[in-house]
Parts: sequence; structure tokens; C-alpha cells
Amino acid sequence: MSTPTTTDRSDDLLTQQDPPIDTTLPAAGVTPGGVTGAATTPTAPSRPRGLRSRRTLVGAIVPLGLLALWQAVTAAGVFLPVQLPSPVAVWGAGVELVERGELGGHLAISTQRVLIGFGIGAVLGLVMGAVVGLSRQADVLLGPTVGAFRAVPSLAWVPLLILWMQIGETSRITLIAIGAFFPVYTTVASGLRHVDQHLVEVGHAYGLRGPRLLARIQLPAAVPSVISGMRLALAQSWLFLVAAELIASSQGLGFLLLDSQNNGRTDRLLLAIVLLGLLGKLTDAVIGVVERRLLRVWA
Amino acid sequence: MAITASTAVLTRPAEPVAIRDVARTFTAGGSSLPVLRDLNLDVPAGEVVGLLGASGSGKSTLLRQVCGLDTPDAGRITIAGTPVRGVDPRCAVAFQESRLLPWRTLAHNISLGLPRGTERAAGAHRVDELLDLVGLAEFRSHRPGQISGGMAQRVALARALARSPGVLLLDEPFGALDALTRLKMQDLLLDVHAAEPTTVLFVTHDVDEALYLADRVVLLGDDGRGPGNTIVSVTPVPGERPRDRADHRLAGLRVQLLDGLGVDTHHS
Repeated sequence: MSTPTTTDRSDDLLTQQDPPIDTTLPAAGVTPGGVTGAATTPTAPSRPRGLRSRRTLVGAIVPLGLLALWQAVTAAGVFLPVQLPSPVAVWGAGVELVERGELGGHLAISTQRVLIGFGIGAVLGLVMGAVVGLSRQADVLLGPTVGAFRAVPSLAWVPLLILWMQIGETSRITLIAIGAFFPVYTTVASGLRHVDQHLVEVGHAYGLRGPRLLARIQLPAAVPSVISGMRLALAQSWLFLVAAELIASSQGLGFLLLDSQNNGRTDRLLLAIVLLGLLGKLTDAVIGVVERRLLRVWA
Repeated sequence: MAITASTAVLTRPAEPVAIRDVARTFTAGGSSLPVLRDLNLDVPAGEVVGLLGASGSGKSTLLRQVCGLDTPDAGRITIAGTPVRGVDPRCAVAFQESRLLPWRTLAHNISLGLPRGTERAAGAHRVDELLDLVGLAEFRSHRPGQISGGMAQRVALARALARSPGVLLLDEPFGALDALTRLKMQDLLLDVHAAEPTTVLFVTHDVDEALYLADRVVLLGDDGRGPGNTIVSVTPVPGERPRDRADHRLAGLRVQLLDGLGVDTHHS
């Protein structure tokens, strides 16, 4: 998280900015109370719009280069098409699947599984993390157990889940929820545990306790770690989706991977990989936008 | 440096503080550290008292006990005759660090200090008034990360005043500021006290600061009659505020107080 600092604490700037304590004369051109922060702050520059689009351009160099390399290598016949089909062939496979009306279904069911599993896991992780992070007793009581469960590689649950829940949506979504739970749990618990004790003491000194202290100080202070936990959990969810769909399913991107492998359709296989990458990046970007918004306020 | 008279609608009258036979020993993992003992002090309503002492002399502990953030092992502390039990709503504290909530605007941070159940409109009015009082009206929508340390400390002071305290407690409030800002803040505190005359107890390491601000300077230290610290001397400061920083009478007291601190450092 390398957000550019909006604060410049250099002495010169501060003395310039520091208004005189004598308030009898309001600064010229400033209507008291009518000034919104960022517009007049010399220390909070708004990032020029050109910079961001330039960033996007620079970020596109490597993917486009890879694509070109891929095309060149396949055009030169270095690999057999069954080993590495050309980008054009992969595109064609995509178009074909769309025309047959199959791709939409794969995408929709996979996205749905990820969102439901992530939602369940994240909410449970948030609740558990809050309980363990806020209460020392709960930490002592539950911490070691949750830690032990966390130590089990989550894919090890697969046989048990299938045994208990049979093959179906329930077991798939449960697996994804397990994958999403732990990152959220861990970051929320440690985020709340490490809330600046000075701020908590201020809360006490100003008469805040219990739920009011939680709502006004502890939760807001932990927001950055909650968000980064969510981000990790979402990435985990896609990982576990593929695991769940590889093992047993008749639809979804993981199924497309397996099915293409069995039929020797490397073009579709690559298509599924590219789509997983794009979807993962897309959902991550959504959380990224939320994160940036929040951190602008929080940092 | 006059502050335009504030129409303080929500201010509480200053309250007297009485400290009787207070003692405090910290225990951690079997070992115990006696900090305070046999401490007696009466602070009349509206007085400004400076607590001076070497590091570890229990100044901050005493201050925290007055507002209920810490509890004496023995003795009792009363404000206006009623004992302090738990965090006392009649007190407000400001610390050496401003301790502002970084995700809130300055105005919002000040409103954290408003007494519970303050009416919204009255609260907003009070926050505006306090922003004016500390000279930050045009920075109301800024966040703590965007302002200097001195400004943050002014916000912390305004937040404490928002509570309309009968007793204002300041734990080295200017200790982390540069020398020049510190002098300005001392004057601001005098202006604030003139505008809203509450009882003030402040902790400081700085003899000059104590002499410039306080009616009386209380020196905490080891008087050699037992473990822990107690009041070694209480020095009334002559003259009316605002005082001349170069007053020769203060110079004499300064030597005397530094002497008291110096003897302490040799003992501990």
C-alpha cells in the first residue's frame, strides 16, 4: 500500500500554513466555515489526471508485449498448436463458446460461487475476528483453536466436505467460504488488537465505552486492515473456486479447464485461464477503488 | 493577543479539587514500584496549578487519577466535594500527543469532546466557537494529517474544552512542540483560560512554562521519608497573568525550582 503522502511536514511549509493565533482578523478571501478542505489546502494536491492515464499506458506495456511475443512464437511454429495455440485461436475459441451460448453460463456460475462463498466467509471472518480481536478472554479461549484450523491446508477439507455435503453447490461454496474466512479473520483480529491504545484511552477519557467506543474509535481505526483482509480473501476465493470446480462440477471456469484438458482443447484451456485472470483482477480492482476512497480519508 | 469574547453557552463553572492522602504503587509481574504517597493538595476553583517533577515522579499518574483514568491505592480525590469514581465527566484531558482521530475532520474531532446528550445545534455552535477560540476556523474541514503539530495540539485543547470541564487536565500538552510554537501555545492557553476560566492542572518538565502559566507550582519528588514521591514544595507565583517572561522575581524562583529538580535527579 504505497499511497503517496498528502502531507508535507517540512518546517517552511508549516510556518507558512500556520495561521496566527489571533483570530480577530479573518484571512482575506476566506469566508469562515465556508471553506472545504482539499480545495484550499496547499498540502493536499489533487493528482493531475494525465498522470493516471499515463500510468495505465505504462501498465499495459508488459501485457501487450507478452501478447505480441505469444503471437510471434506461435506464428513461427515453435510450439505445436496443441501445446500453445495462437492468441487468435484462443479468441476464436471464445467467440465459438459465446455463439454456442456456453461461455456466459460458465462465467456467471463461477462469479456467483465466488461472490456467495466470499460473502459468507468474509462476514464470518469479520465477526470472529472482531470477537477475538476485542476480547482478551475470547482470544485466549478461541485463538488457539482457530489457529489450528487455519494451519490445516484448506484443500485438505475437500474429501470431508464431499463426504458430508455430497457433490454440489453447498460443498463448493463452503470450500470457497473457508478460503475467504481465514484472511479476513486474521487481519480483522490483529487490526482490532493493534488499534492505537492512545486513541482508545482518549475514548475512555471522553466517556466512550462498549459499543460506542467500538463504533467511534476501534472499528474505524481498523478499517484499513479490514479492507486489506477482504482483498486477500477475494483472491483466495478465486483460488478455491478453481479447486472446487476442478474436483467436481459440470459448469464453471474450473470445469472448462478440466473439460478442455480432457478433450485436448488447449485454446479453450488458455481462454479459461485468461478469463480467470481478468475476473480476479476485475473484482480486486473494485475493492481497490473502495480501499483508495477509504484510505484517502483514513490515512 | 486578545481573543474576542466567546459566548460560551455550554460552559460549566470551575470546580475545586481536593487530593487527600493519595498513594499509588504500580505492580507488574511480582515487582512493585511505589510512585506516589502521602499526597495532599487543595486546588481552589479556577486556579492554575503546574505540576513539576523529574521523569517518573508520578506527575502524570496524579493527573490521570484526578480524571479517573487511574485509581489511587489509598486516599481519595474529590471534585467539588464528590469523589472521583471512574472517568469523571467534569474533567477533560489533553495529552502530550494530540491523539486526534486521523479519519475525522478537525471539527469532528472537537465534537468528540462534547458532553453526551448535547443537542446537535448547540454542539455545532460550540464547535464553531472553539475553532474560533483556537484560531482554526478556516481549517475546520481539514484532517489531522494535513496540519502541523502545533495546530493539532490546539485542536486537542479545543476538544478538551468542548467537554466544558470544571477541571481541565493537561499532561505535558506542549512538550512535543518546538520552542517557538510552545511559547505561542502558552499564550493561547492563557487566553483560553481568560475566556473560559476553569480549574487547570498541568504537568510539565519546563520550569519556565510552569512559572509563566501557573498560580502555584507544585514540585513532586522524593522527600527522603519513604519510597515513592510526594509533594516537595508548593511555590506561589507572584504577579498577575499575563506575566513578563523576564520578571526578575521569576528568575529567583526559577533557580530555586531547578535546584529542587536537580537535587531530585541526584537522589534517583
